[in-house]
This record gives sequence, structure tokens and C-alpha cells, in this order.
Amino acid sequence: MSKQPSTATIRRRRLLGNRPWGVYALLLFFMVLFLFPVYYLILGSFESPSQTLNGLHGAVPTSLTLQNYHTLSQTFFSAQITGSLKGFYTVSTLVSLLVVGGGLIVNSLAGYGLARLKFKGRRLLLLLVIVLVIIPFEAIAVPLYYMLSGLRNTLIVQALPFIGSAFSIYLFYTFFLNLPPQLEEAARIDGAGPWRTFLQIILPNAKPAFASVAILSFIQIWSSYLWPLMMTSQPNVYPLSIAIGNLVKQQSTPNYGEMFAFGVLLVVPMAIFFIVFQRWFIRSVASLAVKG
Amino acid sequence: MTMLIPGIGLIIAFMLVPFFYSLWLSTHVEIVGSTIPVRSVGLEFYRHLFKDPIFRGVFLKSLQNNAIFALIVVPLQTGLAMFLAILVNRSGAFVKFCRTTFFLPVVFPMVLTSLIWKAILAPGPDGMLNAILHAVTFGHFTPQYWLGNVHLALPSIILLSIWQGTGFQMVIFLAGLQGIPTSHYEAALIDGANRWQLFRDVTFPGLRNTTIFVVMVTTIFSLRVFDQIYLLTQGGPLNATSSVMYLAVSQAYEANNVGQGAAISVVLCFIILLMSLIQRQVLKERVD
Repeated sequence: MSKQPSTATIRRRRLLGNRPWGVYALLLFFMVLFLFPVYYLILGSFESPSQTLNGLHGAVPTSLTLQNYHTLSQTFFSAQITGSLKGFYTVSTLVSLLVVGGGLIVNSLAGYGLARLKFKGRRLLLLLVIVLVIIPFEAIAVPLYYMLSGLRNTLIVQALPFIGSAFSIYLFYTFFLNLPPQLEEAARIDGAGPWRTFLQIILPNAKPAFASVAILSFIQIWSSYLWPLMMTSQPNVYPLSIAIGNLVKQQSTPNYGEMFAFGVLLVVPMAIFFIVFQRWFIRSVASLAVKG
Repeated sequence: MTMLIPGIGLIIAFMLVPFFYSLWLSTHVEIVGSTIPVRSVGLEFYRHLFKDPIFRGVFLKSLQNNAIFALIVVPLQTGLAMFLAILVNRSGAFVKFCRTTFFLPVVFPMVLTSLIWKAILAPGPDGMLNAILHAVTFGHFTPQYWLGNVHLALPSIILLSIWQGTGFQMVIFLAGLQGIPTSHYEAALIDGANRWQLFRDVTFPGLRNTTIFVVMVTTIFSLRVFDQIYLLTQGGPLNATSSVMYLAVSQAYEANNVGQGAAISVVLCFIILLMSLIQRQVLKERVD
């Protein structure tokens, strides 16, 4: 299979170099810029707060301690007035499961219906989906807050507005539209209805689309702040983001050690998930570009 | 047809209905939990936004802040993301590691980003950013109260927003770069193009639609900015960081002025829809 490199490739190599040191230097510079806050967070979570806020010394590991994590672990199971860490984790996890799991089911079905079923009003529905993709959640948060105020301080209300997603429907729709119709021909000849076709033929072929939608909606729901802020006022239904946000908002001498340790605990599930499924994360974000 | 009902039903119930409900809310006075009957006030709340001597100032200031935010973040973040995408669009372990690094902040919730940057931007000589700037200028830099200074608060919010958001755009550009056929590069190379001409004649035109998409997404993102403002500055100092979304929430939620909050939401919706229409138009023209 080995071919002689074309003249263009040779020129390109000469132009860009096999080892472009200039590029590496730039990359190193930006890497330090991007990584520094992450490093600062992790280091600070193992230090006493007076060390974190100590000028440049804050960036140098001196006396590391597990004290912050120890303090947090003590509040893990104790449901005090401020809520327990275990409680926050449970809420965030359940809400994420509801949104990601429920969302995959209802949005993939709707996306498939729009892409393949023929019915009156299909174009109108598609237009509706496209318009709703554009409207960000923030712009309807206020009326939604009044619509659902009866459900305040419940788990379900934190997930409810995000299960059905115009954006996910649109991603599924474009994916199904690009699947070769021959796949379904055979099933139709066998007399399978749209449901059976969807379950037996489409599902096994749509794993990338499901992975993309799952990852994007997981990032969104795990990070969501505005909606739980409006809808929760009791610590037993606080998700992690609200629990940490309450610490950040406190103006009086923040205890950065504990807050940073808490922050690490917030991001660790997501970061592990990201590092393991990195290829999928990047692919799912990249798939957004097809939307244009 | 039944397949469509759950998904479409949910987006109608929780996206379309709230939108129309906000139109209704913004034209009525409703005092929550009281027996005073709901009263229609027409466009009173919209008039407030542009005519009320006190409220007008805050609203226009917030709108202006969103505009400044967009005018700085959109070109800077888009440019940086494109630049980084070009840098990491090659193989090698180090390059791969850098790619991961640039994308990592995307999985950081804004709450956590705000927490980290609150510490970095801490006032006084003990704050990390102050200490770094002090060191690199050999002591010529006076420590700043980044989030408490009228002139520095918005730029500080912009800085941490760019840190968090650039990786997302970078990956979209990376996908765009990989969509440019290698033959285009080879043709240009045979013509003797240098590195700059390669970018100007092949890469940039090849990324045109990706760029329009990224610019649009970032602009909408700039209009909805809320979390970091609520957490770090509460719109202060002196409304220097107040955003339209922050104002809408603080009116509806904290000041209990539903109608006013809803009116701001409606204005926000229309601005966003208008900008999307413009984008679609631009996209269409380029394709033709």
C-alpha cells in the first residue's frame, strides 16, 4: 500500500515541517492557560484556604492535606439543615437519568416520525421544531416558572421541561433522514409497521445519534443552574449545582479549600465520563455543525 | 403518528405554550397569592422598558452589556477557537493531549467555573491573577478588585466565559476542517501557495459555513448569559454587569414583578429570532 509521497505532500512537509516546533510552542502556551484553572482547583482542594489565596504561593503545592475531603465526607450522610452531599448527588443523578433516558425515547421517536412518516402537517411540525431550536431555554424560563410553580421543590419539575427537546428531535431527524431507506424497505415488505421497523431496524443502526444526544443533554442537565435555582428552595431537593452555587454566592470569607473539594466532586463524574468517552464527546459536539 | 405525540407534545407544552404565556403575562398584572383580580395593562410593561425614567436606564444598560459581551466574545472566542482548531488539527500524543485540555472546561458547569475564577480574580495582592500580573510586570502592576471595579467587572466575566466556552467551538471548527478535501490543499500547494495563502484561500473559505454557525451560536449564547453574573456580581457594581436575562429573572423572581420579567423575556425572544433569520439569510446568499 505504501506510495511515493506526492509532490504536494513533500512541499507541504517542507512548509509545515515534520516537527513544527512553532506550533508546539503555541500549543504549550495555550495549554498552560487552559489548564491552570483546573490545576488551581485540584491543588486548592488539597490545601487549607489560607494557602489557596496566597498570591503565587497558591499555585505551589506545599503542605497537602485531605482535611477538606474529610470534612465533606462527614457531611455526606448527615442530613442537616443545609442538606447532605449524598442528597445533592442523588438529586442530580436522578434528574439527569430522567432527562437523558426519557429524552432519548421521546425525541428519537419524534425525530423518526418527522423523517419517515408521511402525514398531513408534517412540514408545519418540522417548522415548529426548527423555530423552537432557536429559542433558548432562558427566554422562556420566566413564564415556565409561573406555569409550573405548583410543582416547586419536587424532583420531577427539575427534569420536566428538558425531556422533550426540539434540539434533540432535530438532531435525530437529520440523522434518520440520512439513513439509507433500503434499510427499512425489507421490513416494510415483511409487513412491519413503523414501531417494529423503528425498534428492530432503526435502533441498532442509530447508536451514534443516541450517543451524541445522550452526551449533549447530559452536559446540559448536569450543569443546569437557572431552572433549579427558580424551582427549589429546600435543601433536600437541591441538585449539586445549587448547593455549590449557594457557597459561591456567600460573600463573607469564603472557605476555598472546602469549596474546591466540593467542586472537584461535582466535576469528577463528568470528567471521568469525558475522558473515557472522549471520542464520543468530541464527535457529538462536532455533529452540531451539520445543523448549520 | 403516535410516535410523534410524546416528543412533540412535550416541546409544545414546555416551549411553545410558555412562549405564548409570556405574551399574556407581559400584558397583565397578576399579584401572586392575592385575591385582587388579574387586570390587563396592554403594553404598559413594554413602555416601561423604553420610557420609564428609572427602569429604562437599567434595561438599556443591560442590553448594552449584552451587546458589549457579544461584540468582544464573538470575534475573540470564534477567532481563538478557529486558531486552536488549526493548531490541533494534526496527529501526535502531545497535540492530542492539548485537544483534551482545550475541551475540558466544556464539561465544567458554569457554577464551578465561577467558583474557580472567583478565587483567581480575588481582590488584593493575594489574588492569583493580581499576583501573576504583579510578577510578570516586575512589580509595576497595582492589584485590582476585578469583580468590584465598574470598568473591570464585565471584562472579567468575559474572560472566564471565554475560558469555559472556547473548547466547544474549537471542536466544531475541527469537524469543519476535516470536511475540507485534502485535494484543495494539494492544488494550492502545487500552485506554490505559502502558509498564509493556504489559510486565506483554502482553510478560511472552507470554514465559511462553520464560522457562520459558530458566530450565530456564540451570539445567542451572549444574549442568554446569566449564571456567572448571578453568582459572581449580581449585576453589579452599579449595573456594570447586569444582563437582559439577569434583569428578567431578578424582576420576575426576586422583585416578584411577573409582567415585567415576562416582557423582557419576550423582547429577548424576538431579538434572538431576528438574529437567526438574519443568519439564515446570510447562509443562503453564500450558498447561492
